[in-house]
Amino acid sequence: MSGALESALRARRDSGGKCLVPYITGGLGDDWVETVRAAAAAGADAIEIGIPFSDPVMDGPTIQLANDRALAGGVTPQSVLDSLRNADIGAPTAVMTYVNLAFHGGYERFAHNLADAGVSGCVLPDLPLEEIGPWADAADDAGIETVLLAAPTAPDDRLPRICERSHGFVYGVGLVGITGVRSELADSAKIIAGRLKAVTDKPVLVGVGVGSPSQAVEVSSVSDGVVIGSVVVQRMLDGGGPEGVGELVAEFRAALDSM
Amino acid sequence: MTMTDPSPEGRFGEFGGTFVPETLVPACHELDRAFRDAWADPAFRTELDRLLADYAGRPSPVTECFNLSEKLGVRVLLKREDLNHTGSHKINNVLGQALLAKRMGKTRLVAETGAGQHGVATATAAALFGMDCIVYMGEVDIKRQELNVFRMKLLGTEVRTAFSGSRTLKDAVNEAMRYWVSVVDTTHYCLGSAMGPHPYPWMVREFHRVIGDEAREQCRKLLDGGVPDVVTACVGGGSNAIGIFSGFADTDAELVGVEPAGGAAVTRAVPGIVHGSKSYLMQDEWGQVLEAESISAGLDYPGVGPEHSYLASIGRARYIPVTDAEVIEAFQLLARTEGIIPALESAHALAWVIGARQELAGKTVLVNLSGRGDKDVTQMMEILK
Repeated sequence: MSGALESALRARRDSGGKCLVPYITGGLGDDWVETVRAAAAAGADAIEIGIPFSDPVMDGPTIQLANDRALAGGVTPQSVLDSLRNADIGAPTAVMTYVNLAFHGGYERFAHNLADAGVSGCVLPDLPLEEIGPWADAADDAGIETVLLAAPTAPDDRLPRICERSHGFVYGVGLVGITGVRSELADSAKIIAGRLKAVTDKPVLVGVGVGSPSQAVEVSSVSDGVVIGSVVVQRMLDGGGPEGVGELVAEFRAALDSM
Repeated sequence: MTMTDPSPEGRFGEFGGTFVPETLVPACHELDRAFRDAWADPAFRTELDRLLADYAGRPSPVTECFNLSEKLGVRVLLKREDLNHTGSHKINNVLGQALLAKRMGKTRLVAETGAGQHGVATATAAALFGMDCIVYMGEVDIKRQELNVFRMKLLGTEVRTAFSGSRTLKDAVNEAMRYWVSVVDTTHYCLGSAMGPHPYPWMVREFHRVIGDEAREQCRKLLDGGVPDVVTACVGGGSNAIGIFSGFADTDAELVGVEPAGGAAVTRAVPGIVHGSKSYLMQDEWGQVLEAESISAGLDYPGVGPEHSYLASIGRARYIPVTDAEVIEAFQLLARTEGIIPALESAHALAWVIGARQELAGKTVLVNLSGRGDKDVTQMMEILK
């Protein structure tokens, strides 16, 4: 299956460009939906929307803090999805959250709720290939593209299986670790991008540890683009608002367009 | 029934599995292979048995509580895991995992701890094997278990504070997993309970099965070839309970797990997925994990090991909550009647026996006294002031 997410990313790649997918914590501040729109308007090809979870084990301090603030403000999976429905984002969206929020009310219902809110894709970082079956079936039925992560620790024979089951794009994990901005791009970022590009035609985006336009350009010399999370969320936490996040995304866009 | 191995995917019925970030999947697979290989290797078993005997002090005795039995009208036997080196059952699992980590060529251990019992045991094994060790502990627990924090430091371990969430055991697990994700090549995650992703729930049970196997034999002698009517243990993640249950699952003995009322995952029986496996989990209407609340740092956990959920779901074991007030009573009663100060965790199992003494009248009950109460004395002094 190929949906709006994969179509948008392929279109960017086919036109010779590099894909840019910023991550925004759903429910962080009253103007977060406007921030999503601003990111799209600034040249994002798709937006990842984080649904805050109580125990985000894949996330570093920045996204944890954003999670905690949003949860303290009363955000729920439903309130995030309600805000996205008819929000006229201007780019496809993918939800990123943890598996228990999908499992709790039933995978079918969660997948249906995503589709109903106009969401195209879903990333569940604690649901690896071995456990993906029941969720992936429900997501496929609802037309939701399930994006799988591929980590530097994966042996070679695992990567084609991940790419096969991933829809929308393949999410290369840039380093052995959790989300967060690092001063330098890890060597593993380009390596995982290359290993994935060698086994799939699907768009390969690298995220985790990609925190500056120059790092985005560096890894995109191999990958089809990047996911940027903590750097965006930090801008939101700092009170940057839609304008500040729009400017940040525009900087990344310009850097990638100059390649 | 006997307690069987999980499915190749790490399932006990519908529970268990490997719900971890992709980065950790190869490490879980490697650990599964290494454990299977080691557990089938007589040399590994001999070395572990030697450590358990000469270093940890096994076998631990079974003590008949004559005074308490008379008072309650229930024949109470205690499996004395409190007499192990480091003061609790935790050393069984830790020696097994440290030996395995060494065999796998890992140079460092990382662990989480609630009350500090598992942290102290891990720090001890790290000192013994000459490995580096980092233990994550919630900020709240660091305050209420100051003594164990100092103990870990004495043993050469770095104790790191988990400031996130409820700042208790759940969050220490989160931080330990985040750390493990970053250093998975060199570091073994020495998980302290029968929970987490496969193979941990199974491996930890196998390392604690010595509790049940010994107790079975000791009861056979004490009870003229018989078994106790009831075998009971406290349940947080559930490692000491799964260890003693594994020695009696194939008998007529009733198995009773005792949960803190503020952390009664099995009693509530809502399945969820966190920390690597599917199991019963305290959560809100959206699936956000709730914070447990217990007087005992070691049981202050909203989840439970997957095999306990399985045993509950098939009716082989039952799980009952007790309140902090009942635990405080039990803690004092055992001290006064038998001269044994139990860990607050272990006092949960005793609290159930005391509360259920009418139902248990005339029966023989084996209680797993999983740890000693020295670490809890300061906290109890404040409570009883």
